[in-house]
Amino acid sequence: MSKKTVANLIVIENTALNSTNFLIRLQASFILPKIHPGQFVNIEVENTSEIFLRRPFSVFEVDYTTNTLSVIVKILGRGSKKLTKIKVGEKLSLILPLGKGFSYPEEQDKILLIGGGSGVAPMLFLAKQSGLPAKNIDIILGARTSNDQINAMEYGEFGGLHFTTEDGSMGSKGFVIHHPIFQNNLNQYSKIYACGPDAMMKAVAKEAKAVGIFCEVSLENLMACGFGVCLCCIESTTKGNLCVCTEGPVFNINDLKWQI
Amino acid sequence: MADLTTKIHHLELKNPVMTASGTSGFAEELTDFYDVSQLGAILLKGLTLKNRDGNPYPRMAETASGMLNAVGLQNKGVDYFIKNIYPRIKDYGTALIANVNGSTVDEYIEVTEKINELDKIQAIELNISCPNVKEGGMSFGISCPSAEAVTREVRKVCSKTLIVKLSPNVTDITEIAKAVEGQGADSVSLVNTFLGMAIDAEKRIPLLSTVTGGLSGPAIKPIALRMVWQVYNAVKIPVIGIGGIMNAKDAIEFILAGSSAVQIGTAIFKDPFIPLQIIQGIEDYLERHNMHNISELVGCLQM
Repeated sequence: MSKKTVANLIVIENTALNSTNFLIRLQASFILPKIHPGQFVNIEVENTSEIFLRRPFSVFEVDYTTNTLSVIVKILGRGSKKLTKIKVGEKLSLILPLGKGFSYPEEQDKILLIGGGSGVAPMLFLAKQSGLPAKNIDIILGARTSNDQINAMEYGEFGGLHFTTEDGSMGSKGFVIHHPIFQNNLNQYSKIYACGPDAMMKAVAKEAKAVGIFCEVSLENLMACGFGVCLCCIESTTKGNLCVCTEGPVFNINDLKWQI
Repeated sequence: MADLTTKIHHLELKNPVMTASGTSGFAEELTDFYDVSQLGAILLKGLTLKNRDGNPYPRMAETASGMLNAVGLQNKGVDYFIKNIYPRIKDYGTALIANVNGSTVDEYIEVTEKINELDKIQAIELNISCPNVKEGGMSFGISCPSAEAVTREVRKVCSKTLIVKLSPNVTDITEIAKAVEGQGADSVSLVNTFLGMAIDAEKRIPLLSTVTGGLSGPAIKPIALRMVWQVYNAVKIPVIGIGGIMNAKDAIEFILAGSSAVQIGTAIFKDPFIPLQIIQGIEDYLERHNMHNISELVGCLQM
């Protein structure tokens, strides 16, 4: 039985979550394999000369009863921009499931999930899948302004929801690490998980390291294949250069050579 | 059903479709998708004598109809391969071909000697065309004397089929092809990537950490095809065509231009099933044209 597959899925929803983030939901005609939070799919956007390679997206939600999965697409460049124009009923070729996801928390853990930009997708997926009661989970979602925040209110049932915006238009003002949670009681958490822009993850990793809390981050290095053959998406780690697509995208911060 | 079996010197293949070195790892990654015994051959990731970390990130840039890479032969060295990887892959049921690299002639010799001992490696592809390493690599493949020297010395210690992989970054690729043929190469594979460059105009920085890298993908196909045709007409040994092959039609074009076999590279990044689709497509083509044997097609460009 092969572990990975290439398949055409049908777009059943394409909703603008805000000005730059879109939710794309896809229907498979086959039984979806188990997909873990932090794993990703590599999507062929369109066969044009300008957009040659696939684009990787972290999985947001999976529904095994309907064989649907969704991703959050943030417009970053020509590929993601084109993808957000996709219409319901059109097909997309996906390679899935790819990468290694976050390590699941233990029963007694209290966890802090931090998402920035489209990085909120795997964080909310993990909140849902963690198996922990809501009181053991806090989620901080960071964005530039309130307009860039994704409406995640329904995830309140899985954990305490907290927001930061750079302009203070929603939640605490500043970056995610300026949230009171970081100032007062980071020690209450046994595990911190983060996904978002590099600068955000490095700032979070620095805080986690300072107090010695287990911390995993999900990297989004540029990649060509997504399944470990091109060796383009490497990250420098304590075990040498590793492919983010197969050895990651999730890494423990202690394995990374970040200057933090 | 048409006969796709192909012979490159002593190397016998089920079909003429190979995966190109550096685009299918050590074959294991493809087994996540399908049974690799369907492939004609797998060109293993380039090996060097010692561990190489490769070049710093970023190593890749998407370009029009293709991409640049600057991986720089990242691998754990030939001894690690023999001890840890070879035992896992040796019985995959397809021809395995090692891609041998070095920064000096002695290193090429030493790696070849070690690979020569492995029963299940059926051929050696001598890579004198990697554009992404500071020493060795392409520098051996862009002048006739150095291409001759490394081929001659490796030939002495190589009892397997010896394929020499040529660089397109030369004035006349037929001169290099003839030079390595003269030193005992059993076949030539061409082309490796074209030296290229990409810039982020907004940030005013190069997109690769190494500034320059190797261009691959459909963007290079017409040039690669021309070079295959020129080399086919200049040498007597079999030619293996490489360069932007994305589908069976592209593969047929390379075969018509003189390729006895083809290697699929960058296409695998888009879809690892493409090599299998190409095998099927070649079979369909032969049936559609009432041909029984792939050899009927090699170099049969009508002029």
